[in-house]
Amino acid sequence: MIEMKNVSKWYGDFHVLNNCSTVVEKGEVVVVCGPSGSGKSTLIKCVNGLEPFQEGTVTFDGISVGESKTNLTKLRSRIGMVFQNFELFPHISVIKNIRLAQEKVLGRSEEEAKKRGMELLERVGLAEQALKYPGQLSGGQQQRVAIARGLAMDPDAMLFDEPTSALDPEMINEVLDVMVELAQEGMTMMVVTHEMGFAKKVANRVIFMDEGRIEEDCSKDAFFGDTRGERAQLFLSKILNH
Amino acid sequence: MNYNWNWGILITEPYMGWIFSGLGWTLLVAISAWVIAFTLGSVIGIMRTLDQPILRAIGATYVEIFRNIPLLVQMFLWYFIFPELLPEEAGLWVKRGIPMPEFWTAVICLGTYTASRVAEQVRAGINAISQGQRQAARAIGLSPAQVYRYVLLPISYRTIIPPMTSEFLGIFKNSSLALTIGVLELTAQTRQIEEYTFQGFEAFTAATILYIIVTFIVMFFMARVEKKVSIPGVTSIGAK
Repeated sequence: MIEMKNVSKWYGDFHVLNNCSTVVEKGEVVVVCGPSGSGKSTLIKCVNGLEPFQEGTVTFDGISVGESKTNLTKLRSRIGMVFQNFELFPHISVIKNIRLAQEKVLGRSEEEAKKRGMELLERVGLAEQALKYPGQLSGGQQQRVAIARGLAMDPDAMLFDEPTSALDPEMINEVLDVMVELAQEGMTMMVVTHEMGFAKKVANRVIFMDEGRIEEDCSKDAFFGDTRGERAQLFLSKILNH
Repeated sequence: MNYNWNWGILITEPYMGWIFSGLGWTLLVAISAWVIAFTLGSVIGIMRTLDQPILRAIGATYVEIFRNIPLLVQMFLWYFIFPELLPEEAGLWVKRGIPMPEFWTAVICLGTYTASRVAEQVRAGINAISQGQRQAARAIGLSPAQVYRYVLLPISYRTIIPPMTSEFLGIFKNSSLALTIGVLELTAQTRQIEEYTFQGFEAFTAATILYIIVTFIVMFFMARVEKKVSIPGVTSIGAK
């Protein structure tokens, strides 16, 4: 479904992504971890073309992301994305946040969009908040709305960019629960996160990045077993022992 | 000071009529100019935030030209110089063909000048929105135009209501410069009353109070607008 081949990206002299290659099959859940500044977010933002890259190819369902003739807008509507800081649109209500792209991008009627939106809000446990504005919700609630907003487009895959990093500890689980459920339903997911519990529970594979390179790309069992490299070992010992 | 006060002059015809006619022209010039300032200023301001370097450059050039020439000089340039630069017939039409050339010149001058200031507010409002917010809008599949239409503009216009109020007030006050090219707006009528009656104190007091009343009404109206469009749960947008 998602295929990255020898992707490299520079910000000026800084080599953000260094020859990164990986494949995510349909229905697979891949967790991307690594120290800050290692290029994790940049990597997943290459999948929907939010970050341009200079070398290599990224294809989504056979469509080349980097090519200029690709209709990126259309492609993006097939890939849901959840951000660290939620990024709900603050000036419209929760339900309108979920309706907006359904109506303007997919061309659904207001009624249809609202129906789908309410179903998803129900699912993330926030149906009664539909008419509130994002600023009136807690961080965990906002992030669940953001997931619903992505799902409303009936995407073929979901990208998560540190979805729980900006949350208070007691809100992390409400968001992770929604993600676990999604993974168990067979959604194709790329998740940048340090939540190793989530990785252990639902990931098929773990990618470990450092300094712009993919250092490990292996099955969950291999990653949490003994076969991982020294750098990943060190990283893991640091985040698991606090 | 030996001055014969005569407040009665203000309610004596034709002077009272002059004052109200002046007020009418002031409002007409200011509001017409605001229509230009708001639309043109928005377009220029948006251009300055786009990815295309040419559009950005055009926007920047516009702003620098129109905000760096004194308004009074611009008034004269539009009125005396601009028609001469046109082909002869067009120039004549601008000078005499159109009805009320002074009025239209004042409106265009004030509108294009204020547009440069509005553009900077709009640009600042858009740039204050976080990168994440734009990325989220693009990630969900909105086209570049839709990102502006449904996300960036509704948020930024709310943010810039206070400075836009200042611009709107400014246009009323600046409209007094239209008297220099012969528009009989409030200040011009006031001077005329002084010349006819030597009751300058009364006339200018009346003008001052009328300007203050107009600007207070504008402020009241804008405060209502600000309240009406405020976003529940958000105290300051763009402060993320």
